[in-house]
Amino acid sequence: MIEERIIEKLNILADAAKYDVSCSSSGSKRKNENKGLGNASNGICHTYTEDGRCVSLLKILLTNHCIFDCAYCVSRSSNDIKRAAFTVQEVVDITINFYRRNYIEGLFLSSGIFKDADFTMERLVRVAKKLRTEHKFNGYIHLKSIPGASDELMREAGLYADRLSVNLEIPTEAGLKLLAPEKNRKDMIQPMGFLKNEIILRKEEKALFKKAPIFAPAGQSTQMIVGATPETDVQVLQTANHFYKNFNLKRVYYSGYVPVLSDKRLPALHTSVPMVRENRLYQADWLMRFYGFKVNEIVNDTNPHLDLDIDPKLSWGLRNLEVFPIDINKADLQLILRVPGIGLQSAHKIVSARQFGKLNWDQLKKIGVALNRAKYFITCNSSRFERRDLTATNIKQFILSQSHSKFLKNATTQLNLF
Amino acid sequence: MTTLVYDGTFEGLLTCVFEIYERKLLHVKIQKGEWLSKALFEEVIQVITDEKRAGRVLQGLQEKLSAGGMQRLYAAHLAGMDDEDIMLIGYIRYVFDSKKNVEEDYGNKYVLRLAEIIRMVRREKHRMEAFIRFQKLQDGIFYAAIEPDFNVLPLVGKHFKNRYADQKWIIYDMRRNYGLYYDLHHIEYITLDFATSRPDNVISSYTEDEGLYQNLWKNYFKSVNIPARKNTKLHMRHVPKRYWKFLTEKI
Repeated sequence: MIEERIIEKLNILADAAKYDVSCSSSGSKRKNENKGLGNASNGICHTYTEDGRCVSLLKILLTNHCIFDCAYCVSRSSNDIKRAAFTVQEVVDITINFYRRNYIEGLFLSSGIFKDADFTMERLVRVAKKLRTEHKFNGYIHLKSIPGASDELMREAGLYADRLSVNLEIPTEAGLKLLAPEKNRKDMIQPMGFLKNEIILRKEEKALFKKAPIFAPAGQSTQMIVGATPETDVQVLQTANHFYKNFNLKRVYYSGYVPVLSDKRLPALHTSVPMVRENRLYQADWLMRFYGFKVNEIVNDTNPHLDLDIDPKLSWGLRNLEVFPIDINKADLQLILRVPGIGLQSAHKIVSARQFGKLNWDQLKKIGVALNRAKYFITCNSSRFERRDLTATNIKQFILSQSHSKFLKNATTQLNLF
Repeated sequence: MTTLVYDGTFEGLLTCVFEIYERKLLHVKIQKGEWLSKALFEEVIQVITDEKRAGRVLQGLQEKLSAGGMQRLYAAHLAGMDDEDIMLIGYIRYVFDSKKNVEEDYGNKYVLRLAEIIRMVRREKHRMEAFIRFQKLQDGIFYAAIEPDFNVLPLVGKHFKNRYADQKWIIYDMRRNYGLYYDLHHIEYITLDFATSRPDNVISSYTEDEGLYQNLWKNYFKSVNIPARKNTKLHMRHVPKRYWKFLTEKI
């Protein structure tokens, strides 16, 4: 039956696409100006999987047939799995019907490489084109740019898609050589460079001519698998930093390696997914993008790995105790942002609120500051403050003994007396 | 202590503020709807909504607050949270009693509380934008039932109108028994009579392909899960159980 076949295909091709962690649908400004269907603006997570990840887009492969044999990938050619392929029309129908029911923000379409790069890219572009032109679809579209596809196709993709991405997969060139000998890092970087220039060019054009078409308004992103190869966090974050700086990437995603295949080059099956490390990498990524930290402040040759017990900002704070304590009622926003336990929102609220009067502990707490961490690093309008001359180790111990981190490996259960 | 009883409208609340200043009341309690308590020695004023008086308070507020600040105050009241009116009155009094604009004075308890209320309302609004699941009916209308914690339906209309400009839809708040209907041009407020059928069960009037797409969506939801990363706590935090009954993938 047709219905059963399409359900089976969806199961296969969604299953194969799920290791691509990106599900962002934000950063675009596509409006519904043609009385058509949909718009793309701030991004909405319509549901969450049982592993707690956001489901915002219909994330599928066009096909999981692939000519490559990359060790880390479920769809590698030597893997004995069920293969399937959607037709262009099938993808369009499912996207439109899911969208109309408010299940999704749009489509994230990727694909295994069948025949060659251009052949694959052409199909992806055709789906996007059909959605945009025949169905007046203004929802979010994220396409994979296939390394090696022609500039012409890339350009067309940018005209229909909101975001384009090429996955670096492995943070270092050596790691990639080991796990995907047929792939070449240069080929992956080439389309990123092309699209970066094209995006800049089109933006300038758009500034001059209002009618000029928008081109990949949500920019480019990439993904690195962590834990499949033995890179340090310095290497991972420096690579990320390099691509943020030189390719204007909107996002770098870190995907903790999920062991799905047995291969002597990879961690054994049943190795646990490095979820804490992944979480710490994202925290570090945020520090670089929103808190004004430089990558070598977070990790460097003396501290090549992020501390798994505590967040990277606290880690930095403890290494730089000479900067503290700072006076919350006087310090610059930039410095307040560096205090462990104070986030972006609290920092801005503090700077607004202190114009009306000096803030005390109680007010800071209500504003949303995590005092259990922040109290060691700040003073405020109160005579109560940490006077002891504590060492970094002391502070870390105090904080850890009070926190109930979900990540603490051996949560010691202390008996309550009453 | 004086208790002010009003009709629950925003104009009513502003009229209360007028009364408070006119009668120079210091300590007040606020109650919506009918006065029910029979306790002795309670001073009660039944406030009758008065457009002129409310208008004067509104004008005063507009001079003291930004347009955004005005909207936030309105949205906070519209949400209809229990027992928050007294905080809103406190906020309005603080606004009037201060010389400069105090919208960002987060050290003040009323300003901070309003910020908290707004955060809750926004989150609920955002959840509705995420969790609403339309079902396509035979007459081509896309129908969704909801039961939001706060009264946020008026706040989500614009989002859905912009997004689904080319389809007719109804979003119905079952708890407050009213809904929005978009007819391809305008949004109307409607109430439906569900004497004969349950409003959350419209399966009998589905279009032919509704079942197929619901089925596909459920399968998709299952397929994207990575069992090795299971994290039920996080899942439950993002999708609290009370929303499940309207979520196609969780039914």
